Amino acid sequence: MSFDMIVCGGLAPDPLQSLEPAPGPALKNEMMLPAVFDPWAAHALYEAAHLAAKTPGTRLRVVSLAPKAKLQQVMMKMAQKLPFELIPLDGPSNGFSDAGPTADALAAAIQALPDLNRDRLLVFGGWESATRGAGVVMQIVGERLGITEQFLAVDELTIDNGALVIKERVEGGRHMVSRCAGPPAVLAWATGSLPEPPNHPQTGMANMRTMMPALQKAPATPLATGVSYRDVALPKVQRDTRIVKDVPAAEIARELAAWVKE
Amino acid sequence: MTDPELEPKPLDADILCVGFGPATGGFLTTLTRALAEGGIESQAFPGMPPQVICYERADDIAFGVSGVVTRARAIRASFPEFNPAEVPMASPVRAEKLIYLMDPERASCRPLWMQAADWTLRAFSGLTKIQDHAFEVPIVPDFLHKRDGFVMALGQFNQWVGQQVMMTGAAQIWPGTPVAEPLIEDGKVAGVVLAGEGAEIRAPLTVVADGPVGAVSRRLDDLFGLPEGHERDEWALGMKFVIELPEGSPLEPGMVLHTIGYPEPEIFGFFYVHPGGVASAGIFIPSWMQSPVRTGYRYLQHFIQHPYIWRHVKGGRLRSWGAKSLLESGRRGEPHLAGDGYARIGENSGSTNVLTGSGVDEAWLTGVQLAEAVLELMREGKPYTRENLEARYVARRRASWLESEGRVAENARNGFQRSLFWGFLGMAVDGLSGGRFHLPRPRGLRRPQKLIDHYFGRLPHSYVEQIAEECTRAGRPLHDALMDAVGWPEIPYDGQLLVSHQDALLMGGKVQAPADAEDHVIFRDHQVCAACDTRVCIEICSGEAIRPGDGPAPAFDREKCVHCGACLWNCPVGNVVFAAGPGGLHSAEN
Repeated sequence: MSFDMIVCGGLAPDPLQSLEPAPGPALKNEMMLPAVFDPWAAHALYEAAHLAAKTPGTRLRVVSLAPKAKLQQVMMKMAQKLPFELIPLDGPSNGFSDAGPTADALAAAIQALPDLNRDRLLVFGGWESATRGAGVVMQIVGERLGITEQFLAVDELTIDNGALVIKERVEGGRHMVSRCAGPPAVLAWATGSLPEPPNHPQTGMANMRTMMPALQKAPATPLATGVSYRDVALPKVQRDTRIVKDVPAAEIARELAAWVKE
Repeated sequence: MTDPELEPKPLDADILCVGFGPATGGFLTTLTRALAEGGIESQAFPGMPPQVICYERADDIAFGVSGVVTRARAIRASFPEFNPAEVPMASPVRAEKLIYLMDPERASCRPLWMQAADWTLRAFSGLTKIQDHAFEVPIVPDFLHKRDGFVMALGQFNQWVGQQVMMTGAAQIWPGTPVAEPLIEDGKVAGVVLAGEGAEIRAPLTVVADGPVGAVSRRLDDLFGLPEGHERDEWALGMKFVIELPEGSPLEPGMVLHTIGYPEPEIFGFFYVHPGGVASAGIFIPSWMQSPVRTGYRYLQHFIQHPYIWRHVKGGRLRSWGAKSLLESGRRGEPHLAGDGYARIGENSGSTNVLTGSGVDEAWLTGVQLAEAVLELMREGKPYTRENLEARYVARRRASWLESEGRVAENARNGFQRSLFWGFLGMAVDGLSGGRFHLPRPRGLRRPQKLIDHYFGRLPHSYVEQIAEECTRAGRPLHDALMDAVGWPEIPYDGQLLVSHQDALLMGGKVQAPADAEDHVIFRDHQVCAACDTRVCIEICSGEAIRPGDGPAPAFDREKCVHCGACLWNCPVGNVVFAAGPGGLHSAEN
């Protein structure tokens, strides 16, 4: 029993504190900042690769929407970790592109795959993004693909006699366990449980034989802009540190309460 | 259990490059342009185009560090239509000054002749136009000028070059992949061994461009030695801040200041203005500086607070910082440039010119020259033997301006091994005479003095010992306490531009290290460390990753290391192992 697995994942600038919107909407200095594969999507990819390794015949493809040059740079690192095929889309990838057009582009790229096996299709992605926690892209991708079985904030997936057993985060810090008869399904991952795999040069070289030509042919994918993003700032924090010794806890609590009342 | 499919296996390629910097940039730019035209076949995979692979230690090709102001002669030869606007943070040089900085704090260790010079300049301030404790030298010596060049951030330039190289599809650049050592078979270089799991990658040609402290270069030097009469005995630590200038700053992009005289007389400095209201400010701490208190970070904080610099940066914000070692032996430290199966390019090949203060463009040229040679050999179907590489690569190098200018520079700094005065005099004589005259090189090298000798006459012997004991007990380096004691003012931290060294590790690109890697800095014999009274490795450590430990040897914290490699050349007895390892500073602006 095999799957046709698609992981959707974009890029996030590293370090994140440099995020600043620019007209477009775009990310200021997007091409200048170093980038990483979005950590949420990366968790989804590690889980997908793990499942693919356990289910012979499974095909793993990554659909990624990002500026081509940056995507190429980041893939030189990701490609060393896991075997997968890349479906690159040359477009914006940052916190300042709207979720709707982003999902449209990803879904269209998936639908356009000539050998897509919808009956065995599992679409993975990050529940959120390190750049902006809209948390809806995977849901819209699922809608566009007509996949009604959707699971958000997934932490675990096991296969039980062909059925998908999924552990999702729900309110109150609890996990909800669902059983889904089988694909197609969309799973938007939280953190999963797998660490970042180490680099394997031979995996990278094998991946690059297909990735390099794919990157060179990456179609330009401009996104519609309906929203403008004005500003990003840290919440204002008032910090007043005083180091004390041998002061009873009750006294510290009284002082804190008085400070809060001020 | 590891997937057997992913277990390391021998791999093949046609050309392996170790390290991605300006030298590899020049090499791959030239090589891939020709390979992309087709017509050359792989030896490793017959019927396919040549497989060209570059392994870079850092996690991104943009994580290089350099205070780059360059005449860019070789770079422009590769890109005749070079437009600096295409490279973030690049600008043509528009104004260039040489500034002599006096010491407003009166805390530096100035020799008498420099004190006399300061007094004279101040006494005739109407004539010398001293302003903000600085004297603007009326001319920039011709050998030093960069007036037709560019100010750049090396990280951004590397990224711009790397993206173009990879877009050709003719080469792969793999970041986050440190190379442990060359793979040697029958006295020849047969490829490389990667750090970590020890994967062996084979290729008929290994291009070694791993920078001043690269592990592969050092191993080749151990195996094959240096040419007779050559020595690698001059180094410097370069450290820089990238500063967002205060709003409304009138400074124009392309302004370049070279400074001498402060914070210590031996420390040279620079200040370059990039587009977008950003500046780079940095200093060089040379190996011939006799102070054992070689803290780049604190000295750099004093440098930017010099009134001549501070007026430009006050109210600004620290965006990033970085540090690297510089191999300043230049042509005198040139190794065997080629051997069977390998060739060396870039800084570790002795290309840096210490007279002109230029290394990036020279490194680029070495890469271009090697690529031209390799293409000839590929087209002729000839092997990468020492003879073939010498006849094509080394011969090109010898016939170029790199060689002639390197010859002029190779004795320019001899005087600094005697004293600062003789150093400046020797540099001027060598530079102005085009290398026809120079001072002889003394036999002994200037080394860091013992603490009590260095502070003799400035601090009581017992007080120095007391400070040393207290700092060791508290697990702190000595430099802050000693600098405070001799009159350096405390740093007025503002959380914006003046931040603690530990806070700086978290700023800009942050220092990062993978969780599962081994320590790449190791102290060989702990008893040797126990007997060392200067412990310069601790004082110069750019990230405070090396600190006094509980045992006889210093403690090393891998998660703070920026991989500058200064510990390596600051250990007087070679007791530091500096291996290839992942991690470091994640900043693309340095």
